[in-house]
Amino acid sequence: MELLLAVVAGVLYAAGLYLMLRRRLAQLIIGLILLSNGSNILILSAAGVTRAKPPLITEGLPLEQFADPVPQSLILTAIVIGFGVLAFSLVLAHRVHQSTGSDDIDTIGPDRA
Amino acid sequence: MLLALPILLPLLTAIVLHLLPQRSRLLRLVAFAGSLLVLGTAASIFARVQQAGILVLQVGSWPAPFGITLVADLFSALMIAMVSVIGVAVTGSSFAGVDPRREALGYHSLIQVVLMGVAGAFLTGDIFNLYVWFEVLLIGSFVLMSLHRTRAQLRAAFTYVGLNLLASAFLLTAIGLLYGQAGTLNLADLARAWPGRRTPGLDAALSMLFLTAFGIKAGLFPLFFWLPASYHTPPAAVGALLAGLLTKVGVYAMIRVFTLLFPDPNASVYRVLLVLSAITMVVGLIGALAQRDFRRVLSFNLVGHIGFTTIGLALWSPAALGGSILYVLHHMLVISTLFLVSGLFLRQRRTTDLNALGGLYRSQPAVACLALIPLFSLAGVPPLSGFVAKVGVITPMLGGGQYLLAAVALCVSLLTVLSMARLWEEAFWKPAPVASSASALHSRLALPILAPIAFLVGLTLALTVFAGPVSSVTMRAAGQLLDRNTYIRAILGEEVPRAAR
Repeated sequence: MELLLAVVAGVLYAAGLYLMLRRRLAQLIIGLILLSNGSNILILSAAGVTRAKPPLITEGLPLEQFADPVPQSLILTAIVIGFGVLAFSLVLAHRVHQSTGSDDIDTIGPDRA
Repeated sequence: MLLALPILLPLLTAIVLHLLPQRSRLLRLVAFAGSLLVLGTAASIFARVQQAGILVLQVGSWPAPFGITLVADLFSALMIAMVSVIGVAVTGSSFAGVDPRREALGYHSLIQVVLMGVAGAFLTGDIFNLYVWFEVLLIGSFVLMSLHRTRAQLRAAFTYVGLNLLASAFLLTAIGLLYGQAGTLNLADLARAWPGRRTPGLDAALSMLFLTAFGIKAGLFPLFFWLPASYHTPPAAVGALLAGLLTKVGVYAMIRVFTLLFPDPNASVYRVLLVLSAITMVVGLIGALAQRDFRRVLSFNLVGHIGFTTIGLALWSPAALGGSILYVLHHMLVISTLFLVSGLFLRQRRTTDLNALGGLYRSQPAVACLALIPLFSLAGVPPLSGFVAKVGVITPMLGGGQYLLAAVALCVSLLTVLSMARLWEEAFWKPAPVASSASALHSRLALPILAPIAFLVGLTLALTVFAGPVSSVTMRAAGQLLDRNTYIRAILGEEVPRAAR
């Protein structure tokens, strides 16, 4: 399972970086999405994927039975932040498209005025 | 409680600013008052840290490795003080007039959000929390950057957003891997527990990931290209805020994380950092000499001088690190002042293109002389603060036998003098180009636009006069940074058990 997750994270990173190197804004944004999902999966697998109970700990039971809740809360925070940033960059791309009629970073060019 | 105030006050001010009727003069007053309050808090934090050593606040009273910790040692306190000073200058400069459309779109509260994010990044003692503060200040600065309609500004905003989000993804990756190894996120707990169980390969990978993430934010070679591509487009006050603070947050985070987590001065990452810092200095200044726009020259100078601020970390000695901290303080002050100076040109001539400038010395010699001080201070002309800071960085190099590096730094200083002298000559000294209208030449610059500049110039002069006491403080700050045990003890106490994994 960990191997599978590691491969998935690697593929997401590679695809995300490749898309970020493209010139179109839409591809750049999709690249960002893939990158942030890749890092979320990486956090999950780096912290160890275990078959364990949710961490509602009753006293007296050995701690090894329970999963570590921290990575999940990290991922949750990262998802929320990523969502906000994504919404912002979509709006920004929309503005660029509105004002130039193109989403190619090179045709935006310098100001003509 | 005192430690949370530099974060809470801007948040509160931002909320109040949202509730007030937009487009009223009250907005500027409230924003300015909020910044003054933060300045007061920062001063009292600094006084307390001077007196009592490292201050710690466990948020929500959760004991150290479990909750979020706010920490202020001397380095943090100095940085917070500098942030609040720049906050006052930037909010004060809005009295000179802000584009009404930006003001209606929440310009004032966004500035407070950026200040909050920067203060949070300087105070946090938790590495994931550091990532969150980075995002807070980035979102604030993204919106500030993109409150424009022109194509050049939109393009600049997109470059800025894309590269900074990439840096955040790298930082998150590094934090995820670090947690997987160490099982804790508290910086002090990491510093104590992690060295015992690290694996050399992952160690190198992690340090390089952190270097890349913070390097993009700080503007190190070869990761700086977003900076000159974007900092010349926003209005002068926003430029001053971003140029003064954001790259320094990258430098701060680099110094903080590396001194705590990678305390081996022979690690390969420090050799890489040393070379990159030297190249950054050279490339930044050569870039500056090729530019024909006041703010672009400043942006490249900003990049070049980041090399001086990271080289102290690479050299890993208290003297070099202290010199670099002094350099950070000086540079924050001076580069913000110069971006505010570029606002003078924007107001008078509507451009910062050097070809269209000139003649300001003839019409207003006092203003030209005021601008001369930060320009020469950045260049490091004695006896101004830049000279003191450069001596602080270069003397340890000579002492440590790094003659080649010292030669590079001195050559770069010379190039800065050239770049600054040319800037002053072109922007103030030479006769005004024929095309510019007489009315633009003779419109007086009002007091509100000059006051923040004069305030920062006064502080630069104060930094010059009190260079002795200030550099002894930065030396002590460097000593604190390199003495990890005091930091760990201040946060975790002696008897706190190891966090169960």
